[in-house]
Amino acid sequence: MVDISLQNVIKTFGNVTALNNLSLDIHKNELFGFIGPDGAGKTTLFRIILSLLLPDSGEITVGEIDVKKEIFKLRKIIGYMPGNFSLYEDLSIEENLDFFARVFASSIEENYDLIKPIYTQIEKFKKRKAGDLSGGMKQKLALCCALIHRPKLLVLDEPTTGVDAVSRAEFWENLKKIQKQGITILVSTPYMDEASLCDRVALMEAGEILSINTPKVIVSDFQERLIAVKATNIYQLIQNLKSYKNSRTVFPFGETVHITLQNESAEAKKDLIELENYLSTKQKCQVFYIEPNIEDCFMELMKNR
Amino acid sequence: MTDNIITVKGLTKRFGNFTAVNGISFSVRRGEVFGFLGANGAGKTTAIKMLCGLLKPTDGEAKVAGFDVFSQAEQIKLNIGYMSQKFSLYSDLTVVENIKLYAGIYKLSKQEIKSQTEHLINKLGMQSVRNKFIKSLPLGWKQKLAFSIAIIHNPKIVFLDEPTSGVDPIARRQFWELIYEASSQGITVFVTTHYMDEAEYCHRVSIMHQGNIEAMGTPQELKAAYQATSMNDLFLKIVR
Repeated sequence: MVDISLQNVIKTFGNVTALNNLSLDIHKNELFGFIGPDGAGKTTLFRIILSLLLPDSGEITVGEIDVKKEIFKLRKIIGYMPGNFSLYEDLSIEENLDFFARVFASSIEENYDLIKPIYTQIEKFKKRKAGDLSGGMKQKLALCCALIHRPKLLVLDEPTTGVDAVSRAEFWENLKKIQKQGITILVSTPYMDEASLCDRVALMEAGEILSINTPKVIVSDFQERLIAVKATNIYQLIQNLKSYKNSRTVFPFGETVHITLQNESAEAKKDLIELENYLSTKQKCQVFYIEPNIEDCFMELMKNR
Repeated sequence: MTDNIITVKGLTKRFGNFTAVNGISFSVRRGEVFGFLGANGAGKTTAIKMLCGLLKPTDGEAKVAGFDVFSQAEQIKLNIGYMSQKFSLYSDLTVVENIKLYAGIYKLSKQEIKSQTEHLINKLGMQSVRNKFIKSLPLGWKQKLAFSIAIIHNPKIVFLDEPTSGVDPIARRQFWELIYEASSQGITVFVTTHYMDEAEYCHRVSIMHQGNIEAMGTPQELKAAYQATSMNDLFLKIVR
């Protein structure tokens, strides 16, 4: 069942095209990720879906609601956590939460069950001012405030940017709990590894969608054979691989460097041996085939644009 | 004669009764790429501010580029480079104006400013945007330019605070090639990041938690010691 539908959405700012004719459908209760770097158009897209910005052209519906015409109907059913912290720093945790509940004519008690798994992590500090909280706690409070009126659609703009790996893992666990309550969730992130935590993702770059599918299918669409090379001196390895005459792309990936070839021979093993022979004269390394991940796919799609 | 460019012993910073940095000790060698990792609020920024001569420590000792953080903060500032994700370049100045501004601040001669400007623009392939405002450039370009400017005065060490946050994956990798290049020329690179794959690119890393350094070593050593499959796994094991 389609919950959100966008058709031919275009948005320009002066001579910059922020969204270049975007169409997509998001299903009810989906955890949907928009993956892309700064400037891809993720925030603009969210603001249009949330009725905070009008598109130059295109149609958007959320459920039965026409987003461009029925703003006040829409706003009752959405929860939004913008990229920068937007709560009242002078109010305490409890006061912020109470304020947002009341704006939506609700109360903390009414929907406490929904926020409970997250709120209990910060509840013992509830008298503390929001401005005095750590980054991780601010984020949890902002999530509670976006949920306290039990929205049908929750939109989170880069909730994990600049957040450490541990807090990021916790945040995604919380999102899964919220999804179980039947809420549709849109989330954007520049961290490619978070794509695998979404039901479906749209890979975005410069106002366009490069690919849209489940993380599994996106990875299986990768056409090249991907080789990983491991060595102690990665900088030297990158230089060596770049000067390999048959190299097509060379990208460092953690402790390995990923390489694809211009001409692949019919027999995969042969390519490996050839590369191994070439490298053996330069430096000590291990060469093996590897499954691509979302980031490999993203870079491949960027390259082919 | 030691080849250490940073030596830190028992470095401590307290704010009231809160200890942000709790007696950390480590050293960084010339030309090393040192990853300074840790959870949000672990004390990384406070430690970096002390090393850059921007914040007086409460206790301990630290020498950066041969200068003492207590008594020679101004000399430290002249001998280091610094860039962060939040602030690096002036968005209302053009590419060339930014280069000239920073080169001037770091007291390069007129002749040097001229030659360095051309050198940087050619090296980064920015001929077509040389007179464009910084705000009109993609983030990846800005960050590459900001890094090159941060080392325009050929400092002994450059501090990078989350330089690649939000940068697209290809530009992020190009950025790391610039880091490697600087390192191979003898510039020490002191970098923080939340991308755990980037932690693998460092020669050595330290992991900070609640004001203390919990672990330090090469990525291979640390993964072996904690039986972790990746740096992400290692980080979760130490900080959680």
